[in-house]
Amino acid sequence: MSPAQWDLPPELCCRPMAFVALTGLDVVYNAIHRAIWDAFCANRRADRVPISFKVLPGDHEYPKCRTKRTSYEWYIPKGILKTGWMNKHLNLVPALVVLFYELDWDDPQWKEKQSECATKVEIVRTSLQGRNTKVAVVLIQKKTPLPPGEDLVASERASALCGACDLSGKSLFVLPHTDHLVGYIIRLENAFYEHAQTYYYNEIRRVKSHKEFLNKTTHQLLFVRHQFKMGFFSELKQDTQNALKYYRTAYSLVHELRAHETNMLEIKTMAGFINYKICRLCFQHNTPLDAIAQFRKHIDLCKKKIGSAELAFEHTAWMSKQFQSFGDLFDEAIKLGLTAIQTQNPGFYYQQAAYYAQERKQQAGQLCSHEPGVGYPAPDPLETPSGALDFYGQRPWRQGHQSIDPPDSEKEKQGILALQVKERDVLHSELVIALLSNAVAQFKKYKCPRMKSHLMVQMGEEYYHAKDYTKALKLLDYVMCDYRTERWWSLLTSILCTALKCSYLMGQVKDYITYSMELMGRASNLPEEQKSRIEKNLIKVLMNEVPQPEPDCDLASVKTAQSLWSDRISLAGNNEFTIEVQDYVPFVQCKAKFLYPSFHIDEPVQLHVYVRADCPHPVRFSKLCVSLSNQEYNQYCLLEDASKEKDILETSTQENMCLVPGKTRKYCFKFVAKTEDVGKKIEITSVGLMLGRETGRCVYLNWRGGWGDAASSHETLQASRSFKRRTRLPEQQVDWDTVAIQSSTMIISRVPKISVQLTHEPPALTNEMYCMIVTIQSEEDTVAKDIKLTAGLKPGQDANLTQSTQITLNGSEVCDDSHPALLPDIPLGDLQPGQKPLYIHCVSTGSRILLFHVAYSVSATVEGKDINCKCHKDETVTLETVVPFEVAMKFVSSKFEHLERVNVDIPFLLMMDILSASPWPIELVNSEVLLASSMTPIDQPQSQVEGVTLQTSECASECFLLKCPPVQNDTSTVASGHYFISWKRKSAFAETSVVRTMVILPHVMVENIPLYVHAELPSFGRVRESLPVRYHLENRTGLVQDVEIGVEPSDAFMFSGLKQVRMRILPGAEQEMLYNFYPLMAGYQVLPQLNINLLRFPNISSQLLRRFLPSRIFVKVIFFRPQIKNNGRPCFLVFLVGPTLGLRYLTFFFFTFFYQLSK
Amino acid sequence: MNCPLYIRSVPTQGELKFHYTVHTSLDVVEEKISGVGKALADQRELYLGLLYPTEDYKVYGYVTNSKVKFVIVVDSSNTSLRDNEIRSMFRKLHNSFTDVMCNPFYNPGDPIQSKAFDSIVSTMMVQAC
Repeated sequence: MSPAQWDLPPELCCRPMAFVALTGLDVVYNAIHRAIWDAFCANRRADRVPISFKVLPGDHEYPKCRTKRTSYEWYIPKGILKTGWMNKHLNLVPALVVLFYELDWDDPQWKEKQSECATKVEIVRTSLQGRNTKVAVVLIQKKTPLPPGEDLVASERASALCGACDLSGKSLFVLPHTDHLVGYIIRLENAFYEHAQTYYYNEIRRVKSHKEFLNKTTHQLLFVRHQFKMGFFSELKQDTQNALKYYRTAYSLVHELRAHETNMLEIKTMAGFINYKICRLCFQHNTPLDAIAQFRKHIDLCKKKIGSAELAFEHTAWMSKQFQSFGDLFDEAIKLGLTAIQTQNPGFYYQQAAYYAQERKQQAGQLCSHEPGVGYPAPDPLETPSGALDFYGQRPWRQGHQSIDPPDSEKEKQGILALQVKERDVLHSELVIALLSNAVAQFKKYKCPRMKSHLMVQMGEEYYHAKDYTKALKLLDYVMCDYRTERWWSLLTSILCTALKCSYLMGQVKDYITYSMELMGRASNLPEEQKSRIEKNLIKVLMNEVPQPEPDCDLASVKTAQSLWSDRISLAGNNEFTIEVQDYVPFVQCKAKFLYPSFHIDEPVQLHVYVRADCPHPVRFSKLCVSLSNQEYNQYCLLEDASKEKDILETSTQENMCLVPGKTRKYCFKFVAKTEDVGKKIEITSVGLMLGRETGRCVYLNWRGGWGDAASSHETLQASRSFKRRTRLPEQQVDWDTVAIQSSTMIISRVPKISVQLTHEPPALTNEMYCMIVTIQSEEDTVAKDIKLTAGLKPGQDANLTQSTQITLNGSEVCDDSHPALLPDIPLGDLQPGQKPLYIHCVSTGSRILLFHVAYSVSATVEGKDINCKCHKDETVTLETVVPFEVAMKFVSSKFEHLERVNVDIPFLLMMDILSASPWPIELVNSEVLLASSMTPIDQPQSQVEGVTLQTSECASECFLLKCPPVQNDTSTVASGHYFISWKRKSAFAETSVVRTMVILPHVMVENIPLYVHAELPSFGRVRESLPVRYHLENRTGLVQDVEIGVEPSDAFMFSGLKQVRMRILPGAEQEMLYNFYPLMAGYQVLPQLNINLLRFPNISSQLLRRFLPSRIFVKVIFFRPQIKNNGRPCFLVFLVGPTLGLRYLTFFFFTFFYQLSK
Repeated sequence: MNCPLYIRSVPTQGELKFHYTVHTSLDVVEEKISGVGKALADQRELYLGLLYPTEDYKVYGYVTNSKVKFVIVVDSSNTSLRDNEIRSMFRKLHNSFTDVMCNPFYNPGDPIQSKAFDSIVSTMMVQAC
């Protein structure tokens, strides 16, 4: 019996197809026959009818048919199903035999050939004696046949041939050997298929007909057999629905059989077969739930049918196979389009199969561990005359035996022994691993990562049992991290234990150390004594000795391992191992931290490393080193065991290097940072802890980043959440959880000991050279060298500010755009206390931040080390800039009337008002008007505000008399020019420079006027004294102008002259009009109004022209008439100008009184 | 996090196998939780029912709103425990677990060491055996 004895027979697992035998074809030598055969068997896709063809010789001997039983009365069946039966109907007994014969209808030797064909048919018929197999004849013809009915010869000869061969017309076919061979072949095979179906239909009926002869007492086996056969024939007939029905009946019948130890295997085997068929058909019918239900039922029914206790492994092997084959079926169905789910996929069946395979292995281990003397029994009880069994599931030494007790107990014993001996040689682990790996593949597909890991652990363990430690270790190592991250310590511990055994047995030093470290640590839930044992072993390994073997290891393997380990001792080199801790949970924990997040350069950088062990016994280490991002400091962070020669177990004086379980040790390191590192970050890249000795064997535990292994982050989180009260620990001891991590620190520059003071008078005035005095005072103990001042606008402000701010050290001249907004690095040399004036020129208003940065270097001593420290101090100040004054300008007429527009060649005034807005007094040094070409001054313009000092909100005014030369057009807007004010802040604080501020004068509208009128009159008149007034009329056009002039009468004046006149003035000419006014009243009097009408320019009104003329005049009073008095001069003059109206009245009355008196 | 807060089996022999069973059942629990989120249907149902079939044991699952998972594994042959009984066991567990969480000295995420919880589990296990 092969190891595959539990495999299902291939004829059971295949899809049954109708069997059709083809005879009379010479496929070796005849090309035509070959082509026909190829057409039959090539390209058998799903759309072709399911037939299995076979070419057989014409005189092939078909299996003999046994004589049909007429009565079952005395018949006792020997088994359920013969082993050859399925194969016989699939491959040996055809449903139809087709005879190919080359014969054309017009063959010249028709008669002879006809009889030869008949003979051949007869030979086939004889060979199939007793079978219902049909026979058909195919004539291979060279010519294309005519349509049926047209070829009279053909139909006549066809019926003759049918007669000769004893064939029905339906069984005679013609195959013209032409181009359309495949088409003809497909038609032929469809016809064959019909014949085959009829054959199988008849077979089913035949089997069914036996039923009436059977009785339930003796023929129970036959009931099963017949149902199975009918199911099988139905499958051959491709009637799967009925096949399923027959199989289901067969399945229930098989469990009705009387089961006992002797036939248990046969029943289970058949039940397994039928179950397989049912499940297969259910999947084929796309009813997977039916398949699963049937399988569950099958398992429930058969689980307890163990059979012989001495052969219990057979049952588990069978169970395993049941699950496996169902898994295969399920998987096959999925490949054909079925969808499986996470909780119902083939993986579970493979897993269960593996489980039974493991159980089988266990049982085999128990049942087959015979004494060494017991060998395989001498006449092989498993030998059968034919080399195979007659019936499925029977014992070779008692085939056909169906009664309860075995016929020969001695033979039975021998047979069982033979089976047990055979079982002993089976490689169970291989079977288990194969099944597990099948399951792994499935669970991977259906998103079950944990199930997958679990199965891989099982695979690893199975490899371990199979002594394939390399593979075992590989698998276990692969899944370990999953359990570690999920924090299932119980599972991790069990895996680690197996892994440790593997690494021990292979003499893998590094793995051995790694697993030991983890098993001793807090992630392992091994009992203390186990941990203690592992620790002792680890110390041995570190001392380059052979460790004690792990418990429960295979003895032979332990021997090999011991020699491997002793080889390792002599092996020089490669005795240094590095373990990256973040992937494990070793028994040593480490936390490294800088004391502060930043250190000044002039103080030592302090670093603490906390180390703690969780192992049962104290452990010594020989080196502790910290790697920092700047490796130059590493030398200062190193702790080494000075006693290199001493034994590690010996209690040394250096207790410092010993880790006591459960206690946290603190190691302090100090170093002075380099001045280049100012402003840089120093990080702890790793902490290394060396166990063992460099001379023997050593292992470096490497904490990347200075702390943490695979479990730390969660523990830290839990600790941070915890409300647990921390008990105060005695001196020198630290609570592990309270140690916070600070894995990097900044080196920052020394605190400067200087003061920077700014003296100035805010706010700054626009355009002013604003003076700020920077006072730097050193409070250093030693000389502050290389002081450099950077002053100016603080970078990062509005870009416009940069353009409108200029800084200079020279206050004597006003800055321009070439000056920068920030003056960097003004060297001040070594510090002599002093001041530095600085001038700032702010062109625009608003607030701006100014930065004063003082950098210097000073030497300091840290930890007995001289370092040159660079220090700096920043001072910022916000400066407000305001406008110093506002200038208002206006044009007025000579009468101080506001002018919208000025007239050509007529004088007017330009007035300026300077209003101070500065909080500080401003001195106006000078002012100047620079006129544009369109304006000319009438007199020499001279500043009237020179030397004036304005306090806040005071105003200074000045005016200039100007006129405009003629313009091209009648009216045009012209520029006036510029106005410059030179001023400075009047300050006692610092000498300030003069600032010249320019103001652009407004544009003004200039217009020509056709007639210019001006009067010439004295500045005052006297009562009753003639007042000559001369009016000048100038024609400013190129035309002769008609002018009408009239003088309105007035109460205050009498006058002589032309009261109304009309005259002509030639172009450019001037007309003079003389009037003699005679004032009658004193005081301001309105002059008689002059009305001028320009007849050519009606739009120039008299009103407009009158603007040029004085409207009033002051008239003085006379007390004594000069002709009465001798010298003609008034001897007494009262001139009262009252500020109020009341007083004016008084004055008037006074005048009047005197006047009347004199009269 | 899927680390065990409390795990207990009676009898204690072969405990490891059950630890594996519980651990592997988390695959299904996680799948079901993520599925619930999608469907949004019946979110208040915390009981997940039978997680997956094994030959010898039945594995039931339950998830609290804060995604704490409860898993009960019982012998398949124990027919006295039907769905309703399992449901009430889970409810009891959940109540007791809530009490544990209410303890201000209990740090969520730490293994449960409450005696009250332990005794509830013990009584349930006695009933089941």
